[in-house]
Amino acid sequence: MNEALWALGRGTGVVALVLLTVTVVLGILTRSGRPAFGLPRFAVTLVHRNSALIGAVFVLIHVVTLLFDPYAQLNAVDFFVPFLGSYHPFWLGLGTVGLDLLIAILVTALLRRWIGQRVFRVVHWAAYALWPIALFHSFGTGTDAGAPLFILLAVACSAVVVGAVIWRTTTAFQLRNRTTPDRRIEPSRIAADQKTKELR
Amino acid sequence: MSTPTRSGKVLHIDWTRCDARGSCTELLPELLRSDPWGYPLPAGGGSDVAIPAHLAAAARDAVGLCPVLALRLS
Repeated sequence: MNEALWALGRGTGVVALVLLTVTVVLGILTRSGRPAFGLPRFAVTLVHRNSALIGAVFVLIHVVTLLFDPYAQLNAVDFFVPFLGSYHPFWLGLGTVGLDLLIAILVTALLRRWIGQRVFRVVHWAAYALWPIALFHSFGTGTDAGAPLFILLAVACSAVVVGAVIWRTTTAFQLRNRTTPDRRIEPSRIAADQKTKELR
Repeated sequence: MSTPTRSGKVLHIDWTRCDARGSCTELLPELLRSDPWGYPLPAGGGSDVAIPAHLAAAARDAVGLCPVLALRLS
């Protein structure tokens, strides 16, 4: 039974990392306002939301199973107050910080209609802290942190998130250049005009 | 052609918030065209769009998925 809890705790943690990675990347894509992976823009937002919610469910299973795991020796207080744990307190504490951030981001996202766009956006920025904190937590205290397959997965997740964040900071990120919208149309127009002139 | 049943719902576009993200024009192509800048363009102009009954669900999705909370149903 203990082995089962441990395995479940490990597995759900890894899956949560993958789902949160997908969420972060799709969140950046949503912000860019473009369709991706054959999905229209509203679907990018929808999958962003759903992968976040499913990821949160995996995090929930992750922490609840490890609460009953005799090795992790979690207390209920470790869910919310970081760095008090008995097993790898610092790395476990990062998980606690991550959980707190996840709860804050999730609650404000679900209530954004009532709390307003401004508060929602400010809290949502914490996702950029949450993702690396969750990654370091998995490396610091994860049973499988040294497993080649996990390292491969973590490197792949890091590559897509870092790539997306770098793209987010470039000028190519904004799909539409709104101050000069005609620029996008004009070159083709000029070319078309020239062609008609040539034909004449 | 029969007139579609009205749902009694009206979709309000808040232009101060709209950022031309394009979700609503994808979800409600029957009611909203996209202008050259990607902003939604109601067929009759203006900021309020009467929602026919068969598009009520799509309108709710559009409200829920607008990334900048620029839509409201009433």
